[in-house]
Amino acid sequence: MTNVSTPASNPVRPVSAGRLKTRASRVLDRLPRLAFRLYFAFFLTYLLLPLLILAAATFNRSSFPTIVPWLGTTDMWIAALFRDAEMLKALGSSAVIAAGVIAISLPVGTAAALVLTSLHGRARNILYALMVSPLLTPGVVIGIATLLFWRKVGIGGGVALSILAQSSFIISFVMLMVAARLQRFDRTMEDAALGLGASRIYVFRRILLPFLRPALVGACFIAFLQSFENYNTTLFVRGTETPLTIFIASKVRAGLTPVVNALGLVMMITTLAGAIAWEVIRRRKRIAAGPAT
Amino acid sequence: MNEITQRFGKHLGGCFILLVLFWLAGLVLVPNLTMLDFALRPNLPAAQLGGPKDGYLLDNFLYLWNHPSHGWIFLKTVWSSALVTVLTFVICYPIAYWLGQVSTPRQTSALLVLLTVPYLMNEVLRGLSWYIILAFDGPLNAALVHLGLLSEPVRWYGDGGVLAGMAYAYLLFMLLPIYNAVSTLDHAQIDAARDLGAGTVRIHRRVVLPHAKVGIATGCVFTFMLAAGSYMAPALLGAPGSRWFTQLIYDWFFESGNWNRGAAYGVTLLVLCLIAVLGMLRLFQVNLTSAVK
Repeated sequence: MTNVSTPASNPVRPVSAGRLKTRASRVLDRLPRLAFRLYFAFFLTYLLLPLLILAAATFNRSSFPTIVPWLGTTDMWIAALFRDAEMLKALGSSAVIAAGVIAISLPVGTAAALVLTSLHGRARNILYALMVSPLLTPGVVIGIATLLFWRKVGIGGGVALSILAQSSFIISFVMLMVAARLQRFDRTMEDAALGLGASRIYVFRRILLPFLRPALVGACFIAFLQSFENYNTTLFVRGTETPLTIFIASKVRAGLTPVVNALGLVMMITTLAGAIAWEVIRRRKRIAAGPAT
Repeated sequence: MNEITQRFGKHLGGCFILLVLFWLAGLVLVPNLTMLDFALRPNLPAAQLGGPKDGYLLDNFLYLWNHPSHGWIFLKTVWSSALVTVLTFVICYPIAYWLGQVSTPRQTSALLVLLTVPYLMNEVLRGLSWYIILAFDGPLNAALVHLGLLSEPVRWYGDGGVLAGMAYAYLLFMLLPIYNAVSTLDHAQIDAARDLGAGTVRIHRRVVLPHAKVGIATGCVFTFMLAAGSYMAPALLGAPGSRWFTQLIYDWFFESGNWNRGAAYGVTLLVLCLIAVLGMLRLFQVNLTSAVK
């Protein structure tokens, strides 16, 4: 074994795979793998380092969030977070808007998916293009358009307008998620229930809705996250309201302190816990469903 | 129409159609038409609305044409957004390939959780972490000077900062669609190509890339649109010399109070994105239904 790997002591190496390999070519063979490893490390650094720095700066005594110079470790900024009335108010504002968006986008998105999947041919394609168009429209434009039209109708900038503007594109997400689930729906179940004398509303409530439940739960999360993190659209329709993203951005311009980092840290831990829980549940379900799936 | 009332009955079906109408007319079509209407009218005090000076003109669009500084910012936004798109593609493709073809299920789910965390958090916090890193007294300059790579700190805020922040902010929108597309490729095809003597480059060019076309198209369309329509990254990470088109729109609305001109700039941005989307779909020969799912 040792002789084989050192050509010097064994000039006539056993030829494997019909090909002589010099040391140089073996290094060349490993090069792509090495390059990929390097790149992978770079990618993970690029992905995670900004977040680690954001989190680490929370514990620096410096009044501007940074990690150099380190002026001593402290938890004062986390304590300050829970006393920051303005920030808590912004958080509340974001929560109200997100609740409103969910209340509108779930029923409308579901209706849209049902209408879409009931149609065929050209009508369906046109409707589909129209329904996904908000996703392809820049958020800024959605904000402007909503502001200009609804102000004419009498709804100016504020919570209500933010809900309408965000719903405009979040409904598209809900529609896509529900439509994806509907593709696996067996329509003969509807016919069977109708044949057995169920009313159409009863069929919808007892067959279609329970079938759509997983998609609706997922859509609810997506709608919440999309609404909560929205900045570009909300900027134009907020009026004098200050949701969380607007609040953070305004802090960056005037008087940024590590309190914002403390908030980021709390959000990071929450989302990490949520993402892991989600993944664990998904895997458990998959195992429960049997090895075939 | 008939299909829907037939399937769900008059009441339920009618209710669905009304909800969809509310969305598509009230939140999508009419607001955009209102924006166009504003864009084509001059900015007049309330008393003169409907008067002799009111009417459809192209003045607001010509203003953009006649002001080279604004036209320049527009072109730079287009160019930089394209650059962000290419950059994120180059960063994402190897990882997407690895996730879709090479990694074990456990590695895949671990990386996906790691990937989602920064993206479940909001865009402003992602921008904020780069704001901290790139600060003049920040960790990046400190590290580079310490390593001797720079003799003195560099001002990163500006074009470079915006580019780095945007590539970071929209990474996932490129990665996920490509990963989805690559993961549907049967690995036997890659093995077959290798057995027939194809090198790594050729395998990607002739087998993997054509298969991932739909995912690449989706990723490019979304990344370009998000970059061109972003307000956060340029506002946080930019300098006076790196203004973005969306900042001009914001200023027309909330600094100069000229909503009509702001609307015209908004329409311009919308048309740009429309052309980019249709152009890319044609370039990749992908239709909208398979690109946005």
